Amino acid sequence: MRSVPTWLLTAALLTFFLGPFVWQVLTSLRPEAELTAPGLPRALTLEAYRSVLGGRPFLHVVLNSLVVATATTISCLAVGASAAFALAKLRFPGRSLLLGAALAVSMFPPIATVSPLYLALRAVGLRDTLGGLVVPYATFALPLTLWLLTSYFRQLPDELYRAARVDGCTPFQAFRRVLLPLVLPGLATTGILVFIFSWNEFLYALTFISSPGKRTIPVAISLFAGEHAEPFAEIAAASILATLPLVVLTVLFQRRIVSGLTAGAVKG
Amino acid sequence: MTLERVSKVYRGGVAGVREVSLDVADGEFVSLVGPSGCGKSTTLNLIAGLEEPTSGTLRIGGVVVNGLSPRERDVAMVFQSYALYPHLDVRRNLAFPLEVAGMPRQRIRERVEETAALLGLTELLARRPAELSGGQRQRVALGRALVRRPKAFLFDEPLSNLDVGLRAQVRGELKKLHERLGATFIYVTHDQAEAMTLSDRVVVMHAGEVQQVASPRELYLRPANTFVAGFFGAPRINLVPPEVLGLQSPGEGLEVGVRAEALTLGLGEAPPGAVRGRVYLVEPMGSEAWVTVEVDGHRLVVRAAADFGGSSGTPAWLTVDREALQWFDAATGKRV
Ligand SMILES: Nc1ncnc2c1ncn2[C@@H]1O[C@H](COP(=O)(O)OP(=O)(O)O)[C@@H](O)[C@H]1O
Ligand SMILES: [Mg+2]
Repeated sequence: MRSVPTWLLTAALLTFFLGPFVWQVLTSLRPEAELTAPGLPRALTLEAYRSVLGGRPFLHVVLNSLVVATATTISCLAVGASAAFALAKLRFPGRSLLLGAALAVSMFPPIATVSPLYLALRAVGLRDTLGGLVVPYATFALPLTLWLLTSYFRQLPDELYRAARVDGCTPFQAFRRVLLPLVLPGLATTGILVFIFSWNEFLYALTFISSPGKRTIPVAISLFAGEHAEPFAEIAAASILATLPLVVLTVLFQRRIVSGLTAGAVKG
Repeated sequence: MTLERVSKVYRGGVAGVREVSLDVADGEFVSLVGPSGCGKSTTLNLIAGLEEPTSGTLRIGGVVVNGLSPRERDVAMVFQSYALYPHLDVRRNLAFPLEVAGMPRQRIRERVEETAALLGLTELLARRPAELSGGQRQRVALGRALVRRPKAFLFDEPLSNLDVGLRAQVRGELKKLHERLGATFIYVTHDQAEAMTLSDRVVVMHAGEVQQVASPRELYLRPANTFVAGFFGAPRINLVPPEVLGLQSPGEGLEVGVRAEALTLGLGEAPPGAVRGRVYLVEPMGSEAWVTVEVDGHRLVVRAAADFGGSSGTPAWLTVDREALQWFDAATGKRV
């Protein structure tokens, strides 16, 4: 039997985390007339969803977000995994310095980097392109990627790397054929975090993109308000739609994340 | 295979090994033995190409291999933890070195099946390492080395993760395997009994330096110094000042080494020439008993019959076989 305090704490936590989400769902389903009414809605309608998906280029916005977040995640993991492998398993001078420097980069407040980045992106012709979001996103997500993946690689026994080398692998082959498959759970976890970061990012997306056709979800939702009087239901519906892919992604990879793929690598 | 004054200083100044020189003949079984941290694994890694020596020359088959990658050295290694690839089944684990070398599929298949049959792994080919027992994993690790048919095999404490019964069995199998293959085996262990029973020659290491290279018999009978003398043989050799045993010292500042079997222990009336002491500890070993006797504040271990009647505190006497004494310089530990 669970004790009463545990039970209460669980309930409180669930309310804290799920409450706003539930409220959002309810808001998105209320008929327009009831929007500001207190309590549970008396009727439910999908009007807001119809309006979001039909009346605006919302699917196009979702697609933009998907492209940006996917490209960011893939480039981050590609660069991050090879760098993390080198940091964790190879010996070269200055590797702790490198990890420290990566951490320092992630300390810059984004707001302080907006104008220089804007100028830089304009100079290389990436302003107002989706690529112009991928580059800074990947840059800012890389330190976290590096730290997480380095710790995943460190958990793999050194002898696995050595065995692969003695079996004839070059360092890169040892990485690709032996170590990389073993950090797949780590890659999935890290990838989801990077994906969520890019999916939710607002400041750069607002500043660097001017064409409505290239907006990403957070910016598009924030601009609903200017166009309609009180689009609460639609904002709620759009938020729900924007959250769903993340939920699906996390659930899909959950098994990967918790699986102990490395079991049996060494004695035990 | 030749090591010529090979040293390895790790980053930060830790000396892994110092000036190791060693000649290994083709087909020889050589053990590296010594306490933990003495540089055994470092030596193996240097041979395998996993570490580069800071100085010295390494030759395999007459060719200088300094600077060559492990791939170019054609040696196989079995690791203490086995280091099986956990995401691959036994078949793919065995095939791995051949795949990396780019061997055609059909030949890989044949080699893998041949090796699996030799080691009794045929039934297990479809299993993942996680689904194997310790002994089975050890076999797969061995198979992954065998399948390549390399010039030399390196073993880094391959048996230390097995339980005692299995260890003795696999030890015997390894020796038979060496006879059958006729390849060079370099075998690292911290267990003196393993080194003794397996090898043609033993390299005793201590604190990164080679103490002695000799046959097991030679090491036991003529150890180069007190470290080697103390490392080989169970119970440990007794090292005491000669006067404790009533012996005439042939020189200044010497210590005498007496193996347990060179001492005779008795209770009651002492024969002439015996020294007197008291029983300090009795350890029954089944077929015999190891008795520690305290003489003049020095403790000596003696073999006695399994039904030895004394117990702690019993007065006892010892006689020494004067033919079986070994003399060492008390200050340097060197044999004289
Ligand atoms: N990668 C390394 N970096 C620094 N020091 C090391 C490294 N590997 C081993 N050493 C040191 O070198 C010495 C010899 O180690 P090792 O060859 O592993 O000993 P053994 O295998 O005989 O137990 C030890 O003092 C150990 O701490
Ligand atoms: Mg070792």
